[in-house]
Amino acid sequence: MSSPSLGADEFVKVEEVVKIFGDTVAVSSVDLSVARNEIFALLGSSGSGKSTLLRMLAGFERPTSGRILLDGEDITDVPPYRRPVNMMFQSYALFPHMTVEANVAFGLKQEGVPKAEIHDRVYEALALVQMAAYTRRKPHQLSGGQQQRVALARSLVKRPKLLLLDEPMSALDKQIRQKTQIELVKIIEQVGVTCILVTHDQEEAMTMAQRLAVMTEGQIVQCGTPQDVYNFPNSRFVAGFIGTTNLFEGAIVVDEPDHVAIESGDLSRRLYVSHGVSEPLGMQVAVSIRPERVVVARERPGADFNWSHGMVSHMAWMGGYALYQVRLDSGKMVEASVPSLLLSRMDAPGIGDEAYVSWDADSATVLAA
Amino acid sequence: MKTTFSRLKPSARTLAIVPPYAWLVAFLLVPFLLVLKISFADLQFGIPPYTPLIHLEDGIAKLDLHWRGYQMLFSDSLYLATYLNSLKMAAVTTAWCILIGYPVAYYVARSSPGTRNVLLLGVILPFWTSQLLRVYAWVGILRNDGLLNQLLMTLGLTHTPVEIYRTDLAVYIGMIYAYLPFFILPLYANLVKMDLRLLEAAYDLGARPWSAFWRITVPLSMPGVISGAMLVFIPCVGEYVIPEMLGGANTLMMGRVMWNEFFNNADWPMASAVTIVMVLLLLVPLALFQYYQVRNQEREAGR
Repeated sequence: MSSPSLGADEFVKVEEVVKIFGDTVAVSSVDLSVARNEIFALLGSSGSGKSTLLRMLAGFERPTSGRILLDGEDITDVPPYRRPVNMMFQSYALFPHMTVEANVAFGLKQEGVPKAEIHDRVYEALALVQMAAYTRRKPHQLSGGQQQRVALARSLVKRPKLLLLDEPMSALDKQIRQKTQIELVKIIEQVGVTCILVTHDQEEAMTMAQRLAVMTEGQIVQCGTPQDVYNFPNSRFVAGFIGTTNLFEGAIVVDEPDHVAIESGDLSRRLYVSHGVSEPLGMQVAVSIRPERVVVARERPGADFNWSHGMVSHMAWMGGYALYQVRLDSGKMVEASVPSLLLSRMDAPGIGDEAYVSWDADSATVLAA
Repeated sequence: MKTTFSRLKPSARTLAIVPPYAWLVAFLLVPFLLVLKISFADLQFGIPPYTPLIHLEDGIAKLDLHWRGYQMLFSDSLYLATYLNSLKMAAVTTAWCILIGYPVAYYVARSSPGTRNVLLLGVILPFWTSQLLRVYAWVGILRNDGLLNQLLMTLGLTHTPVEIYRTDLAVYIGMIYAYLPFFILPLYANLVKMDLRLLEAAYDLGARPWSAFWRITVPLSMPGVISGAMLVFIPCVGEYVIPEMLGGANTLMMGRVMWNEFFNNADWPMASAVTIVMVLLLLVPLALFQYYQVRNQEREAGR
């Protein structure tokens, strides 16, 4: 049925897909490749176009232009009921008038699978999500977590080539989310299905996905592994969206192949970054430094760069770490998270105390965009 | 002191439920009991035209129950035929209302919110004219020299007028026309609430649009279909105006029989007996239906 794959890395291929509703551009020219058996996350806030992209993958929306290929086959114009793609809906969309068993069996019945086989496959899918004991219940008699597992079983039972998850955790309590995220990944890996999930929660994307794409205004701004995107954001937007960060605006004053120096009015000393950049001398850039890379101390650092003087304006104890907010002499606020272990070993400054913030030369990322 | 006082004072909750109960007692229960009482009386000349149920004889109150009305009801096969015909006509009207009303309600519910209000207005608009006038309009349309026959004859489709006026068909047309909005509105209210993601989920799982409609939309809209069907069926069984104005002499319906007994024969006990039996005929199946539905829901919830 399907032509030979174009390569393991291009199991799902989105080519220059555009979606326009009336006069709003929901998705503008997105290119994306997802490998076989990969768990991929589309991350963005509401209105970023991530849901529209997911709906086009499911077949509920037709792209204005562009192509979507699945396992080498063009599915752009294939209606949802003929795609080997299944989706777990946000808030699950379980059929309220059917039992758990009938919900899971629905897709197989539509396919015309023999009764005995339906029974076996439904039971197998429900056993996989540990819901085999609840076959006769109706959805409203289940907890949120149980409903989610039934929804997962329903979307896996047809053995789709591509599994789509739409905000999979949004209907669950915060306490059970992280545990559920890991369970979900285990099940998906056990089944061995390619999975694209959509979320606005960066922690969820980082916990579940092997790779992720950050979307805003209908475009993918950065795509990579969670570590890459977190450590090397390519724009102010990504740096701010994935985790929290401190951004310093300044001009490049030294531009060498192996290092750059940046003069920022926010800081007492110059910024020194131990890698070269492609931006020219004198250009205005932003430097991102993650809170966990910032050191807070009473003593003045010995180095000539990468520190600043200020006063602790706030400190919050978060359990595993303490969150400092330090007001620099320039008025700029800097956030630092200090591990509790370190905090107990040093003479930690308290609220209202003078303090120095500093960081290593390899902690900073220069952002031109 | 204070506690005694507050115990005597009705709570806000009690006060809130008094008006509907008072309404039901004054305008439903009391009239029903009056009719029940009359149905056990016998005819007499005078005002009122029926015998009292209790009369004093030598200082002893005696209960005077007469079964004449009920006896006639079950001995004269005309009454039984009328009951059955009323049920049949109400059932056929309800079936047509479902057939015509479902697509209409579905279309309105799936339109854009702006169009929806215009279409709903179209459904409700006929209520701005009295029902009597609207039925008269049908007389004008269906009569042998009416608009419909004039049209058919002008078009050359027929040379002699098609006889619809004063037949059962005319009654069906009138009742379907009059009761269709009562079916459409509750069904619309149900369909418009439906979570459309359920349909997307069905498509996603391989259901074609038609299959998704039968397996998701139709079962989920059943409460709306049932309440709409009830609103059509129940008043249709006792309908008087439409069969009187559009029906023929042999269109047997309960409403007309009641009218005849009350006003033409002045036989109040007989008319009351007809009424009581009709209410029981409608009420008992309804109560059973309600009972089973509640029990099913409870069983499901308790599982």
